[in-house]
Amino acid sequence: MAGDGGAPRNAPAAAGETVDLESVTFGYRDDSVVRDVTFAAPAGGFVGIIGPNGSGKSTLLKLIGGVVAPWRGRVRVGGDDVRRLSRVELGCRVAVVPQETDMPFPYSVLEMVLLGRTPHRRGFVFDQATDLRIALAALERTGTGYLVDRPVTELSGGERQRVVLARALAQEPRVLLLDEPSAFLDIRHEVEMYDLLRTLQRDGLTVISVLHDLNLAALYCEHIILLADGAVHCQGEPSEVMTYSNLSEVYETEVYVAMNDITNTLNILPLDARNRHRLSKDARKPESGNET
Amino acid sequence: MNHRIDDRVVAAHLTSRRFGLVIGFLAVLLIVVVVACVAVGPVRIDVIRALSAPNDGGIDATILFRTRLPRVLLAIAVGAGLAMSGTVLQALLRNPLAEPHILGVSGGAAFGGVMTLFLAGRVALPAYLLTPIGSFAGALIAMLVVYRLGIVHGRLQPYTFLLAGVVCNAFTGALIMTVNAMANLFQTHGILFWLMGSLTTTSYPLVAASFVYIGFGGALLLRDTRALNALSLGEDSAMQLGVDVAAVRRLGFVVSSLLVGAAVAVSGMIGFVGLIVPHVTRLLFGPDHRLLLPASALAGGIFLALADTLARSISSTSEVPVGVVTAICGGPFFVYLLRRQSGRGLV
Repeated sequence: MAGDGGAPRNAPAAAGETVDLESVTFGYRDDSVVRDVTFAAPAGGFVGIIGPNGSGKSTLLKLIGGVVAPWRGRVRVGGDDVRRLSRVELGCRVAVVPQETDMPFPYSVLEMVLLGRTPHRRGFVFDQATDLRIALAALERTGTGYLVDRPVTELSGGERQRVVLARALAQEPRVLLLDEPSAFLDIRHEVEMYDLLRTLQRDGLTVISVLHDLNLAALYCEHIILLADGAVHCQGEPSEVMTYSNLSEVYETEVYVAMNDITNTLNILPLDARNRHRLSKDARKPESGNET
Repeated sequence: MNHRIDDRVVAAHLTSRRFGLVIGFLAVLLIVVVVACVAVGPVRIDVIRALSAPNDGGIDATILFRTRLPRVLLAIAVGAGLAMSGTVLQALLRNPLAEPHILGVSGGAAFGGVMTLFLAGRVALPAYLLTPIGSFAGALIAMLVVYRLGIVHGRLQPYTFLLAGVVCNAFTGALIMTVNAMANLFQTHGILFWLMGSLTTTSYPLVAASFVYIGFGGALLLRDTRALNALSLGEDSAMQLGVDVAAVRRLGFVVSSLLVGAAVAVSGMIGFVGLIVPHVTRLLFGPDHRLLLPASALAGGIFLALADTLARSISSTSEVPVGVVTAICGGPFFVYLLRRQSGRGLV
């Protein structure tokens, strides 16, 4: 790696910050989409947000990222009210990986990652040596260094999402927000991405991710927030939240919850119409064991 | 190993060195084009003699300095303005098909100009003062209308925006026809002549004013080029990168429509420059707006100066409107680029 020695900031990702939501309510028009949500993500935690379609998961991330302001309640990052922070300050502390990034213009991968430096630079300036070093480190971190000069418009879904993550890391954030980052990835790339996120989290970054896949949520998250219709249905450790009763109630479908012997985390499997009636006491056993 | 990676890293982003090289190259090319364009025309002139005695009133010097040079310079200013406007509109709409004509801005400017030509004689002010005011007002009003329609709940809806532009364009086109139908024969001639577009001028003050105006607009836009890069990721992502999206959008739309207004005021409707020049420049030098904007300005000047020289040289008895030349040269070239690029996903 091109490491120009003597540069002052060569430390790994800065320490993560807490994220607190206090009775946050928000909607787009007249209807509220997020209702009275309260939760606290510890600095360096791994928090998962799950819930059915339209339960307000993505909107919650927009509130933390400062894209929209709450009607009522308060969002705090590192103890500071998000509404009091300028866009630039917030951009230096919180980075977001959206579900999908479509690029109308063929930027190179490096140019794309350098865009992550935007909050740190004002006006018309060229990228400094520091910016380049941070961007290259982010590429290295996400295993995309070999793509450096490829146009982003030519990447596969897995490559592109890792490059988007590299762009977020180049912001040097304290909090990383992800909105179903693996929605379009196959299982290998999915697991690779979450393994990487866990490594980043272990290094101190606060990670908050919306997840579609309940098994991934159970596997990686330390704290889970289950949303139903914009409100928190329940939250806590995966084993507390992802029970048969909670999931079948919120998702309005029958699920089979079992303990995975290898990972020691819960597996959640949907049951098709043909097999729903077979959900016996036996099948519910593992999760009822967890409830006690 | 390290060495090879480093070369790729350097090639993969905009360095001040590459910026200097590209802008320097285009500036030199522009000067060469100016010299070539003033030397060419329906009348053969002796450039050396004209340059050695610029003020003796000889025929060579008069043609060169009184008719050709101001015209070539005006072409450069107008070309630069249209190309920058196209570049910024494409960035704001995140759509390489956006362009002042498609968005109805040119149509608005044209209608404003036509109204003043129609009303001239009924109002105390002379047409040469009124027309620019009409064009500016027309461009701004058209942009404002399209902007209001294309932005829903504070978010820009690219397709709604483009459609609103297309509708605005058709609407102003119909209005222009209506005015034309109501005008007398003498006015109709003037309106048509103005609409076809012409860069004929002998006025250095006009040329200087155009340069100052377009230069000022360009400088304003240049400050936002980093933000325009971030906007390529989408409005939410740009916001989360610390960009004040609403402010950048507002400034970009106002300045680019004022640039179009100015271009239409001094030269009528000249199409295709705002679409093709940013495209070609992006293909050649990459999409980073810090380089793309100034490079398109220079390339737009070069393109329009060449097109106008062709327009006035094709026939020795009459001139082809420059807008016809830009469309005839630009259209097929554009299609060629699209076909060649289709594998790269750039449409």
